[in-house]
Amino acid sequence: MELKPGLRLRSAVCDAEVMVIKAAAGDGLTCGGESFLEQAQDAKAAANPEHMHGCVIGKRYVNEAETIELLCIKSGEGSLYYNSDELMTKDTKKLPSSD
Amino acid sequence: MNIALFLQMAAEACPDRVALTHEGIHYSYAALYEAANKAAHRFSVSDCEFVSVLDVSSPAVPISLMGAAMAGIPYVPLNYRLSEQQLGDLLDRIKPVFLIVDDHKAADFSDIEGLVEGRQTFLTSLEMAPVEHFSCIEDPSAVAIQLFTSGTTGTPKAALLRHEHLVSYILGSVEFMGAAEEQATLVSVPPYHIAGISAVMSSIYACRRIVQLSNFQALEWLNLCSHEQVTNAFVVPTMMTRIIDEIENNNFSADALGSLVAIAYGGGKMPLPVIEHALDLLPAVSFTNAYGLTETSSTVTLLGPDDHREAVNHDDSSIRSRLASVGKALPSIEIEIRDEQGRKLEHHEAGEIYVRGPQVSGEYLERNALIEDGWFPTRDAGYMDEHGYLYLSGRADDVIVRGGENISPAEIEDILFLNSGISDVAAVAIPSQQWGEAIALAVVLKPKADLTAEAINALIRSELRSSRVPEVIHFVEELPYNEAGKLLRRVIKSWFS
Repeated sequence: MELKPGLRLRSAVCDAEVMVIKAAAGDGLTCGGESFLEQAQDAKAAANPEHMHGCVIGKRYVNEAETIELLCIKSGEGSLYYNSDELMTKDTKKLPSSD
Repeated sequence: MNIALFLQMAAEACPDRVALTHEGIHYSYAALYEAANKAAHRFSVSDCEFVSVLDVSSPAVPISLMGAAMAGIPYVPLNYRLSEQQLGDLLDRIKPVFLIVDDHKAADFSDIEGLVEGRQTFLTSLEMAPVEHFSCIEDPSAVAIQLFTSGTTGTPKAALLRHEHLVSYILGSVEFMGAAEEQATLVSVPPYHIAGISAVMSSIYACRRIVQLSNFQALEWLNLCSHEQVTNAFVVPTMMTRIIDEIENNNFSADALGSLVAIAYGGGKMPLPVIEHALDLLPAVSFTNAYGLTETSSTVTLLGPDDHREAVNHDDSSIRSRLASVGKALPSIEIEIRDEQGRKLEHHEAGEIYVRGPQVSGEYLERNALIEDGWFPTRDAGYMDEHGYLYLSGRADDVIVRGGENISPAEIEDILFLNSGISDVAAVAIPSQQWGEAIALAVVLKPKADLTAEAINALIRSELRSSRVPEVIHFVEELPYNEAGKLLRRVIKSWFS
């Protein structure tokens, strides 16, 4: 599956949903150890118990090089990996509310 | 990537939290999301190509904005203060339209192409409708909002904001669910203004309750602040002036504003005495100045609370003067000052402000104003200091920004040119304590014409509206033009200083 900004993906192992903010090549993106599904697909797979630290709605996830970035739009128990690196949360710079 | 995702996420994360308060009626995020889903369904089956709200702030505003986004139909808020003629011209450009208006005015629009519905009728129809799970149209490059701006030519341009621009702005500047449950923001800017639209989106993403005030009046604003325990607010400079006056005249005690934590302001030049006064009167409140344009999806620079407090009493005049600046660029925004040939200028050199970033659309239905490498020439003039603080020095073009409202000189001039007693006329902006800018008129009468200033004011009031009436009129022998026949507005402005 080709990742592109704006693409919404569903976890195959839990309730998590993410939206791609910054896309990277390849299909190394997983949640709970399993590849993501496109919105319309509906298949459940067994999770890898070592990949179940959870992901939280509203958080942005990046790899170390920040070549990939996801926005979690629905929380789940699975954790996000890209090419076997666990993605970390990225802080939004705190700005005063301007509107 | 669709702006409706913000509401979907808020409804997922905190369904029972109050999202919106309007005249004592509350909507939770779940209820707002459900209403938007039903609205999306109604818009979609109507076969209309535009969704428009021609009305004051009400729950119909966020519901239509989000519903139209889900349905992939451009949302076009219209200014209810426009004359019948001006509105007719704009409605002609958005056909067929699903138009939501004040219930008493629905009959006035019965002949438009599309569908017209009163606000209350529309909201009631949604309550009665079966639950819908509308699946969002996913197209980041689809137009989310079409906003008519007033251009220099006087014919409003249709600025286009696509989902990708608005999503970039919100994700880059607002933390999801960053607000605590007790936070509430008072929205008193009109819903057809970019600040009114961005307030809806950023409050929903922050999960901060929106308190709507339909028509701004200072005392009502203050009472609502106190009654609804408002924590945040956005005002245009004119509103700030009036709020301060109301407190000063002892109609309202500043002590009753105990819940208020932060005020953001923008939309026009804030007179220095006003912001100094506000800082003094409300020592516990954080002030933020935001500068942005419709074409940049709202805010591009911010002068934050710390800058305000540091500047206000500083010994160093260069730091004190920061109170007159619009602050620094957002992290995702680049700013350059360029001269008329497009060459980049140094610090402290005044020129035109250019902006670049993922939230910048710079696009009109009629033409794309972005130049090479995605830079948008704002037509605003200003300079930047060595620390990155941006200072505005007026409009590169001649639009008069009166109380946050953009007024094209041509709009006033065109009406007066029709009068048989006037041979030439120019409207220019002059500084105003109350409005930021006010209108000044230079008029050349025809020989033997005996038109008075009062008669000109009455003419403008009847043909346009009272906000177009000039503060001052000078009768002159002739207006200054350059060799190319271009009117020298700078020279005219100098007559009034």
